[in-house]
Amino acid sequence: MRIGIACPYSWDVPGGVQQHVRDLAEALIDMRHEVSVIAPADEDRPLPPYVVPAGRAMPVPYNGSVARLAFGPLSANRVRRWLRDGGFDVLHAHEPAVPSLSLLACWMAAGPIVATVHTAMPRSRVLLATQPVLRSALEKIDGRIAVSEAARSTFVEHLGGDAVLIPNGVMTRRYRHAEPLPGWPGTGGTIGFLGRMDEPRKGLAVLLDAFEPLAAGRDGLRLLIAGPGDADEQRRKLPAGLRDRAVFLGEVSEDHKVRVLHSVDIFCSPNTGGESFGIVTAEAMAAGLPIVASDIPAFRQVLRGGLAGELFAVGDPADLARVTARLLDDPARRAELSVAALDAVADYDWNKVARDVLSVYETVVLGRSTVGIAQ
Amino acid sequence: MTWTIIVLLVLALVLWGFYVSWRASRLDRLHNRVEAARTALDLALVRRSSAAAELASSGLLDLATSLLLADAVRRTRQAGPVERDLAESDLTRALRATLGEPGLRAELAADQDAEAMVAEVEAAAQQVFIARKFYNDVAGRTIDARRRPLARVLRLSGRAKQPEFFDMDDEMSPAV
Repeated sequence: MRIGIACPYSWDVPGGVQQHVRDLAEALIDMRHEVSVIAPADEDRPLPPYVVPAGRAMPVPYNGSVARLAFGPLSANRVRRWLRDGGFDVLHAHEPAVPSLSLLACWMAAGPIVATVHTAMPRSRVLLATQPVLRSALEKIDGRIAVSEAARSTFVEHLGGDAVLIPNGVMTRRYRHAEPLPGWPGTGGTIGFLGRMDEPRKGLAVLLDAFEPLAAGRDGLRLLIAGPGDADEQRRKLPAGLRDRAVFLGEVSEDHKVRVLHSVDIFCSPNTGGESFGIVTAEAMAAGLPIVASDIPAFRQVLRGGLAGELFAVGDPADLARVTARLLDDPARRAELSVAALDAVADYDWNKVARDVLSVYETVVLGRSTVGIAQ
Repeated sequence: MTWTIIVLLVLALVLWGFYVSWRASRLDRLHNRVEAARTALDLALVRRSSAAAELASSGLLDLATSLLLADAVRRTRQAGPVERDLAESDLTRALRATLGEPGLRAELAADQDAEAMVAEVEAAAQQVFIARKFYNDVAGRTIDARRRPLARVLRLSGRAKQPEFFDMDDEMSPAV
């Protein structure tokens, strides 16, 4: 198939939607499909061959904050040209309701259109009601995909109909092997954490509380923590004697992140809530790590109810310490969980997810001609 | 002798009375001017919103730009008194971003109606800039007049509220 994918956010800026589009495109290309991605991009930077740049994203107030979006005649013309010359069998627009390239593509295209919503749509029922052009552009969408239940329900609420739930995928092969950081995991054991340190729902505080009982009697046990936030503030939560056992790496790049995962013995996901999927946990599973995670629905699902990883009572440092201690003392169990995690995460591998997306494409192109420009 | 003193005292009191009365009515006029200037500013803001809304729903701009403007206009309409200046500043930023997009003028140049609409938005934005300047100017003078000792001690302002400055981003020249 010839597939045209529209991405609303800058290609060179790290972001969930961009990474999703990149991984989807590469998975589809692996399956021998022809893929073209149109995205705002800085043309001075090298781009993969399948990306067509559509100018730069500009900062503009939208939905209560400042967003970097691509709009205006230049962007519109580039989208029009891309649609006209692409000869696509299907247009796949991501985040179509955001005023950027995806919306422009839906507005200008005629033919089979699939759209994926990544976030719950803003409360703009009033906006939709007063903008018939917006409504008709979004109603042209033939196949709707949502990456989470929250995204799906607002999509349905605003436009009626239904959306297929296809979660974000994980590029498991990217995480499978990597060189650990020098000096890690070390002989005393290392527990890893990845995420926003100062966001309470990410649960770092729970892990830090559990570290004291864990460290008692385990002289070499260390914590390796990566992610944005105030490291000093978090370090102060540990008793003075243990502060040098926690290493804070700050925010890390994608490649670095994979190495961090391979530098720990156990990965901890102490989130107290707010996760619709838990992509970070899935990435740790793809690295073959034994997981200790809080018993929230997202983790319970991805860890197959406790078969592919250990679950502990949400927000309970004592339970976290108990479960982790048992795991630290049982290398056989850790090896078992590692195998189980790799097996479980295969369900979320991009190969499978891309095939699910492909079946949506195949459904909407039945009996239709190729994508062109609406008159 | 005593009569002269009494007459002089009475004269002094009368003159003092005229002076205070003059100060009071000056303050009164200032308060009225503040109200008038505030009304003018509010009207200018509404005109700007309205012109932007018309442009947004005209179908002359691409859908993304139209949506951005419509969203910004909606927020100014729904903003309460506290968030008003933020919402209006956001509209200014949205106008700067959208009207400043390269190629927009060229695209619309062919259509007289489109050009007229954009010109109306810009004229309205200019009016906001001027109206706000005048308002803040008279508000400042009124605040100063209210602060003077005589006005404070004798409560010459009466029940009139102290005017507040209106701060917002209303600079329309594009940051090229």
